[in-house]
Amino acid sequence: MNRRIAVLLVRAAVLAVLVLLLEVLCRTGVIDPLTILPPSAMVAAMIEQLASGDVTDAMLRTFSTVALAFLAAVLLGTAIGALVHAVPRLRRAIEPLLASYYSVPTFVFYPLLVALLGLSMAPLVVLGLLSAAPAVMISTLAGLDSVSPVLRKVARVQRLDFFRTLRWIVLPAAMPSLFSGFKLALSYSLIGVIAGEFILSGNGLGYAISFAYQSFDNRAMYGLMLFVLLVAIVANGVLYTYEGRLAHRRRRG
Amino acid sequence: MSAPPAAALHDNPPHASLRGVVRRYEGRQTVHALGPIDLDLAAGEFFAVVGPSGCGKSTLLDVLSGLGVPTEGSVTLEGKPVRGQVPDGVGVVFQEDSSFPWLTVHDNVAFGLRRSGLDRTEVARRVDHAVGFMGLAQFAGHYPPQLSGGMRQRVCIARTLVQQPRLILLDEPFGALDQQTRLLMGDELLRLWRDTGATVLLITHSLDEAAMLADRVGVMSARPGRFIDLVETGWQRDRDSRIVSDPAFGPLTARLWTSLRAESLKTMGRAA
Ligand SMILES: Nc1ncnc2c1ncn2[C@@H]1O[C@H](COP(=O)(O)OP(=O)(O)OP(=O)(O)O)[C@@H](O)[C@H]1O
Ligand SMILES: [Mg+2]
Repeated sequence: MNRRIAVLLVRAAVLAVLVLLLEVLCRTGVIDPLTILPPSAMVAAMIEQLASGDVTDAMLRTFSTVALAFLAAVLLGTAIGALVHAVPRLRRAIEPLLASYYSVPTFVFYPLLVALLGLSMAPLVVLGLLSAAPAVMISTLAGLDSVSPVLRKVARVQRLDFFRTLRWIVLPAAMPSLFSGFKLALSYSLIGVIAGEFILSGNGLGYAISFAYQSFDNRAMYGLMLFVLLVAIVANGVLYTYEGRLAHRRRRG
Repeated sequence: MSAPPAAALHDNPPHASLRGVVRRYEGRQTVHALGPIDLDLAAGEFFAVVGPSGCGKSTLLDVLSGLGVPTEGSVTLEGKPVRGQVPDGVGVVFQEDSSFPWLTVHDNVAFGLRRSGLDRTEVARRVDHAVGFMGLAQFAGHYPPQLSGGMRQRVCIARTLVQQPRLILLDEPFGALDQQTRLLMGDELLRLWRDTGATVLLITHSLDEAAMLADRVGVMSARPGRFIDLVETGWQRDRDSRIVSDPAFGPLTARLWTSLRAESLKTMGRAA
């Protein structure tokens, strides 16, 4: 536990130094403050933005979209991953596709999604889902592979039915892999949704940033960017901590 | 009345019997792993299996437990045919580590009682007893990855014993233990066997262990494994590791070794 804290402290220190450096470079004019806002000004801008209430709707909309996309990706990705794992032929056909999936820019499908689903939240949810679900599928396959055959034998000796085997043996054994997939899924659905809003939608945080950018409103733009960044970091941090707690007991020492 | 001699056990209907059992693994190359085997395990008998590496001992355990289906022949447990399902009252300790890394030692052992319907205090009592029995009391709160290989194996033994199976199948359970601990664990196993009246099949690569613990030792040939010798040890039911100094002990292991020597050389690819 002490080691973990030490690592976190070092990481925080590195980050602090970098931020401080940026601040100094901006304040001394080495970097034009019109190009990049000094970090202190970014923070002030972010607080302004949040306090004004102008972006509250956008925020709620974006986060609920991300949450929906993430949940759908976890559920569908795990279910389809398990199905593919159960049918070796299907797996042989699909696995190479999965491996090369992330070289496909899913955004190109957005117009198609809008045509199919209309200009609601739905196309963005699907976009987030499309970027997140394959990661969950890949980690589900890896996780199910990691359940050793002898543990499945134990399940049979204990005469566990299908669901108890799943709940008591397969899921906990596969959890470390599954969890790393969930972590990726959170990042990917956040990226998918915000980028979708940024490029193509008329709503949400992504759109707000894009709007600020196009109207040369640097303060608003940097404030919102910082906010999105902080949210991503906090969300990941929470999962990271939880994962650490999960793995902590499995490690030696 | 004194304890019946081992031979009298054979008069009861057998606890388990194998008839013409053959196991082949199909694949690009079919592997004939086991048999044909005919074997009766008397109820309450302690049977040990020795044989060269890869001769099909674990495969034998697989078909006997119902985990694997024999390619030919039949398996009967307590009078009922076994096919691809593990019947009630069978406990198996596998050769590989099968502890659950996500549960503490205590919870690993308690796993065996999750569906027993016993109330909490009774579960705790039995688990504590089994954990203590295996010398793990100080580690009840540890997770298996924090233990040594031998300790993990003991966790698996405790998880099986806590269920009080009538037929206990053990696949080299003491493989990762040092010689001293092995002897002590052997004593514990004997005590448990005596107290519970369970039937035990123990696979081991130690001839001494087989000769010391078992009523009967089955010596297996090189693959495909068949029994080439069945040796009655003639020990009293009430025995412990001190019998290694019994005058009968030396000749017994010598006989096992003589039977095994040629077979072991075969698996090493040399002429006898
Ligand atoms: N699932 C399997 N598929 C194909 N062949 C197998 C399989 N399991 C075992 N075998 C083969 O069957 C033979 C017997 O294996 P088994 O594990 O029963 O031997 P063993 O006597 O337990 O060996 P050891 O003493 O090393 O544990 C070996 O040649 C092995 O390669
Ligand atoms: Mg084996």
